[in-house]
Parts: sequence; C-alpha cells; structure tokens
Amino acid sequence: MATAVMNRLDPRSRAAARGWSDLTIRNVFIIPTIVFLIVFNIFPLIYSLGYSFTDFSAASNEPVQFVGLQNYRDLLTDENIWSNFVITAKYVIVSVAGQMLVGFGLALLLNRSFAFKGLVTTLLLLPMMMSAAVVGLFWRLLYSPSWGPINYIFGLGDFAWLSDPDTALYAVAITDIWMWAPFVMLLSLAGLSAVPKHLYEAAAIDRAGSWYTFTRITLPLVSPLLMIALIFRTMEAFKTFDIAYIMSTQPTTELISIRLYKQAFQQWDTGKSCALAYIVLIMVLAITNMYVKYLNRAKER
Amino acid sequence: MANVRLDKVTKQFGAHTAVRDLSLDIADGEFFVLLGPTGAGKTTILRLIAGLDKPTAGRIVLGGEDMSDWTVAQRDVALVFQYYSLYPRYTVRQNLEFPLKSKVHSYSRAEIDERIERASKILRISHLLERKTDRLSGGEMQRVAIGRAIVREPRVFLMDEPLSNLDAKLREALRAELKDLQMKLGGTFLFVTHDQIEAMSMGDKVGVLNDGQIAQVGTPQEIYNRPRDTFVATFVGSPAMNLVPGDLAGGKVTAIDGKLVVPVNGHAGSAQAGGVTLGFRSEDIRVGPDEATEAVVHDVENHGVEQIVTLRIGGHLVKATVPANVPVTVESKVRFGVDAAKVHCFDAKTGVNLTAG
Repeated sequence: MATAVMNRLDPRSRAAARGWSDLTIRNVFIIPTIVFLIVFNIFPLIYSLGYSFTDFSAASNEPVQFVGLQNYRDLLTDENIWSNFVITAKYVIVSVAGQMLVGFGLALLLNRSFAFKGLVTTLLLLPMMMSAAVVGLFWRLLYSPSWGPINYIFGLGDFAWLSDPDTALYAVAITDIWMWAPFVMLLSLAGLSAVPKHLYEAAAIDRAGSWYTFTRITLPLVSPLLMIALIFRTMEAFKTFDIAYIMSTQPTTELISIRLYKQAFQQWDTGKSCALAYIVLIMVLAITNMYVKYLNRAKER
Repeated sequence: MANVRLDKVTKQFGAHTAVRDLSLDIADGEFFVLLGPTGAGKTTILRLIAGLDKPTAGRIVLGGEDMSDWTVAQRDVALVFQYYSLYPRYTVRQNLEFPLKSKVHSYSRAEIDERIERASKILRISHLLERKTDRLSGGEMQRVAIGRAIVREPRVFLMDEPLSNLDAKLREALRAELKDLQMKLGGTFLFVTHDQIEAMSMGDKVGVLNDGQIAQVGTPQEIYNRPRDTFVATFVGSPAMNLVPGDLAGGKVTAIDGKLVVPVNGHAGSAQAGGVTLGFRSEDIRVGPDEATEAVVHDVENHGVEQIVTLRIGGHLVKATVPANVPVTVESKVRFGVDAAKVHCFDAKTGVNLTAG
C-alpha cells in the first residue's frame, strides 16, 4: 500500500541527482525510525505488560513469579491509589481550565494590531520554552513564605503556599497555567486569525452585538483548534511529574505519576508499578478518545 | 426606506485617494446603479455608506439625518457582499435568522419564522432552509445572501457586485429577479457593478464612476445617448463607441484624413473650430454600396442576430454593427456612412461632449 501511493521523485531533486531511488529513500529514513520505535517504545511497552502480571522487583535477585491479575486487583482496591487519582483529576481540571481561559483570553487581546505586537507575542511564549525543572525551582522561590515576591505583592505575610496541604496543589497548578497558557494562546491565535474579516463585517451589518458575534461566529470557528489544545493539555497535565515533584512534597500534591515513580524507584515494586502504568495509559487513552470523537463531530458541523 | 445623500465625500487610504470630493443623491425607492471599472472606488462608496469605513472628509446623509458618526448598526442598512459572506457551519435558516436575532429588534419566534418564510418564498429558497451553507451552489448562496438583507426592513439596500461570481445564465435570471424584488419591496437600492449591461438593464438611474469621481449621473438612456465625456462614451455600450480624431470647421467634422465628413448639430456647430474627437456608436454606421467612405473589412465577429464588423480606414479601426444576413468577408472592400444625427463631438483635450442632445 505504502509503495503504491508513493510519488515518483522530482527528477530535479537532490536525492535524484545522487541517484537515490524511492526505495533507498524509504530505507534510509523510515527503517531507522521504525527500528528506534520498536527498541525504545514498543518493546518496553510489551515487556512491561508482561511484568505487570508478575511480582518482579528490579532491586532483588529473587525468582520472578507469575501472579496473574493480582497486581491490578491490589491497585484498584487500594484507597491510596484512588486518592492519587482524585488529586490528579483535580489538578488536571484546575490547570487545564486555567490554561484554556488565560490562553484564549490572551489570544483575544493579541488578535488586533498594536505596536510591538511581535515582541509581546514572543515574550508571552517564553514560559513554554523553559525547562520544567527550572520553572519549578523559580516558582518555589516566588512562593517562598519568608522572602517570596508573591506574598510581598499580595500582602499575605508568611503564608506558606507550598507547605499548606490545602493550597499546595493549586499553587502547582498556577505554575503549570503560567507555563502552558502560551501554548493554548498560540493555537487560539492561529484559529482567530483564520476567521475571515468579512464575516465580522457581515455581522456588524446585521446589527449583531459583540457578545452575539463572539458566540455565534468567533467561537464556532475557533473551537476545533481549542479542542486540539484541550486534548494536548489534558494528556500532558495527566502525566505531570516534574513541576509537582520539584515544587512540593505534600501528600496532597502526590499526583499519580509521582506515586508511580515512588512505587517503581523507591519501593522497587517493579511488577506492580508496571500494572499501575498500564492503568494510567488506559485512562489517558480513554479521555483522549472521547475528545477526538467530539472533535470529529465538531469538524463535521 | 430612505434617501441617501453623499456630500463632498473624500476617502483616502494612505496616499491613495479612493473617492474624491464626491456628491451623490439617491432618491427614496430608487434603483441606483453605480457603474465603473475595477478600482474606481465603487466598493469604497458602499462601505462608507454602510459605516464599515469612515470618510476622510464630507458628510453622508440618510433620510435627512447626518450619519457620519453613526455606528454600522445604527445606520440600519443591508449590504450584500460580493463574496456572499454567509456564516459557515450554519444552515440557510440560521443564516436568515441572524439579522433578526439582534437585540435591537426583539422579534417573537413566530414573527421570525414568518419573515424567513416570506423572504425564502420570494427568493425561491424554501426547499434549502435546513441545508448547510457549504452545500449550496453559487446562485443559491447569492440568494441566501440577498435573503439575509431582505428579512428585515433596512433603510437602504447596498449590493456589491452580487452577480459577478455567477455564470452568465444565472446572472441574467437573477438580474431580472433583483429588479422585480426591488419593485415589490419598493426599497432604495444602491447596486454596484462593473458590468454595463447590468447597469443599463436594472437601473432607474446610473452613476458612472471614474477614478473616485462621478463622471455622469442619469437614466440609462441619457447615459447611453448623451454621454458627458469620452470615458462614459467608451465605458457604456458594447462594442464601445468609436472615437476618431477630427477637425471641426463650418459645422462639419472632417476625420480620418478627410475620408469621413460629418455635419454636427447643437452648440458644437458654434464651438470653436479646431481639433475634436468624433464619436459614433457601431449601430449608427450604415454599410452599403452608396455610402461615402471606403473601408476594408478587418475582422468579423458573429453574434447570431447581428455581426460586429471591424472596418479599417487608413490606420483607423472602426466597429460597425451589421445585420447577420449582410454578407461580409474579411479583407473585402465595403463602403460605409455615419448617421449624422447620432454623432458626438468631444473636446480633443478635455474629452467633454460638445454636442447637445
């Protein structure tokens, strides 16, 4: 099938000049990619599926025993794991909702011409390009109860954002919003600038108010791109590890990925953590699938 | 409905002047056609009236009120765009509803439905109401765009070359329909086009626009029979009016190296003798063995009922309309004459028509 739809090389292209055939190109570019994927992604995926049915521990030399579904049964009845999932869900909802609101809002503000628009846009995109570890460390300093600028600005005295079990998770979510709202902004900007200007003019002629125009014209036309941003951000937020791990040690910020990390590399419960990883994978797939279905329906409309 | 008056309106885009000191009166209930070549400022004038652009100078008066500072919504005009501008993803019904759902009206559901039904009946799109707009043909989209204008009662209908993207057959049909629609609604229509046939066939009045200025305003007959200058003379009519340089002396114009001599009437006869431009339409040329001037047939264009014959006299080309049953062959010799009562005499420098009537 792949060969059937493959196009002939443009006779003037460099590859053709070197005497490479279509087949050579395929071999040079595609085969290494496939080999890489198999070795580093697909093989571990299947291998860990096998481990998830055993009591294997990477830290001991004891013989591995097959335990069937025991790991899954243990995990799904473990209340601590469920509390990790609840924390994760809270985190995903707060952080993704915040990113969508802030990102789309910024895009609406930027979607007009003003002086230094390019510079402002670039500056707003910077957080997204930073390393999560660096962002985490800096925000820990910003939140610092003794000399952090946030408490100073808001006059909160020595309020400890990250040590207070009630606020720690939200503090981490705010950091995540700061870092990833630009991503939503970027996609929204692409969507907004693709709305034809004459539609706004037509709406003005039809005497539509600005809110009516926004909900009836802007939003429907931008929604597919917003949906894509939502899919990406939900998937990523679900897997968040770095920021939360660096910023807080509170049990209320123990996301499912942190729990997984502890189980695998602190308790060396390898078999069980493989099972947990599979549960998380299935959940992320399920959520993504729901979104994609919705996206396709939105595109059909 | 209301009348529209443009009072010394100028619109500049940077260094470019799109509309220059333009004054225009459109009476209540009139079908006014603004005719001009691409880039003459037609669309700019519509946008200025609609309020989408603000004039650099001058006033726009609607129904006796100066609305230069009004917003688009306050002006309450309808504008049909050249590219339809239907709202994507919505059905035809939703598109027609859009202008009715504005807060300024607050129509009841029953009234909205009734208005949509009435408009879709007039435009014959009732069977399309539940269809998505991207599944419509060009002609259907155009009808929906017009429908969106007529579901409410705007003070003025503005139409920006609404027929230019349609094929010839459909354009002809919609031309008649639009004219019919205007009679039914009795509304003030300002219709913009570069197509002189549309202008002549639809307009109660035609304004010919040249480079941001009005060249002439009048009924289609006036524009056609008494063009004010050479621009109007050549822009209106197909084929364009023949223009040849000549000399005026003693009530006669001598043109084409003395081969063509035409007596001229009106005050042109008393005008100063000298260089003029002689203009005559192709249908005012007679071809026959007894005529005065000899010419060679340069080209023949068959239009079915008639043929457009290009005649060559010396270095000049002149187009003549000849009945289809007259045999003419390329490169043969013919004789022709010009109907003296129908010729125009234009000032050679300014292009202004010197012939009265």
